[in-house]
Amino acid sequence: MNVANEALAGRGPHGGHGAHGPTHKQYTIGFALAIILTVIPFALVMSHTVAATPLVIAGFALAQILVHIVYFLHVDTSEEKRWNLMALLYTGVMVFIVLGGSLWIMHHLYVNMVPHAMHGNVWK
Amino acid sequence: MSNDPILVQGGNLALRRDYGDHAADALRDLRRSGGAVDFEVEHHHDVASTIQLGFWIYLMSDCLLFSGLFATYALLNSHTAGGPAGSQLFDLPNVLIETMFLLFSSFTCGLATLAMNADRRNATVGWLAVTFLLGLGFISMEVSEFAHLVAIGAGPDRSAFLSSFFTLVATHGLHVTCGLIFMAVMMVAVLKKGLTPTNRARVVNLSLFWHFLDIIWVGVFSLVYLFGVAH
Repeated sequence: MNVANEALAGRGPHGGHGAHGPTHKQYTIGFALAIILTVIPFALVMSHTVAATPLVIAGFALAQILVHIVYFLHVDTSEEKRWNLMALLYTGVMVFIVLGGSLWIMHHLYVNMVPHAMHGNVWK
Repeated sequence: MSNDPILVQGGNLALRRDYGDHAADALRDLRRSGGAVDFEVEHHHDVASTIQLGFWIYLMSDCLLFSGLFATYALLNSHTAGGPAGSQLFDLPNVLIETMFLLFSSFTCGLATLAMNADRRNATVGWLAVTFLLGLGFISMEVSEFAHLVAIGAGPDRSAFLSSFFTLVATHGLHVTCGLIFMAVMMVAVLKKGLTPTNRARVVNLSLFWHFLDIIWVGVFSLVYLFGVAH
């Protein structure tokens, strides 16, 4: 995520303006990208194509979230935004642990518990 | 001047290192040298960026709250208890319109920030008003969706899936509602007092909050609506 973020930040918001404030161009680019990254997954699901797998949808969501972070929230690798970036990366790690960890643990729980549950009361 | 006490206090703190206990001498020297003026400017800048970082950390903790709700939904969405599943309930064209409302409002919120940076007060309020109306459109669509679900017997009490659905989506909706109130307050504040440093800092925080809610919505429409129908 860090690498992707830096790559996006590198070609996006630094284009020729100072440390103060975002530019009109930035918002327009971000807006256009966000529209594209919204319409494609909706079109895939609504037209019932086989390409509409959870992985593809999640990929589009992640790409759009990065676009929002870079072009709307203006997080970059500059010195004055360093702590914002740190807090964001830390949050990313925490979200990964909470989401991934919950799904992982509960999946194992289901695999181990459900066959017993089918035989009757789990608690006996 | 209301900034004086902060200035003196800050001056003491900074000068203790060089002047020991002779803070009064130090302050006099500082004033003579004209350093106080620079110091005050730096102080303002510091406070504004600290407030913004504080608000950012609030947003990040809010993000963790949502990650808990997303995890809950991801685990419970198959538990329909014999009731309707997401694919039977969700109306994607409607969700796409809702998404567009929020996305356009994010863009116009950015335009409000740009107008503010260009010192255009009326344009700032104007773009905030457009953002407010788009946000209101989003909320009213969401409320009518909820009312429809409850009316057909698919309320939050129907199944674990619907409980977690309502909790996640309504928590986001509640945030958007708070954002609308924040926005209304800022429109009045900017109209009454103009683009003061305080108002500027608050509008910046408001726009961060609004963009953040759009990011959460990307997660909601992908994980809840698109996953629900694609399955």
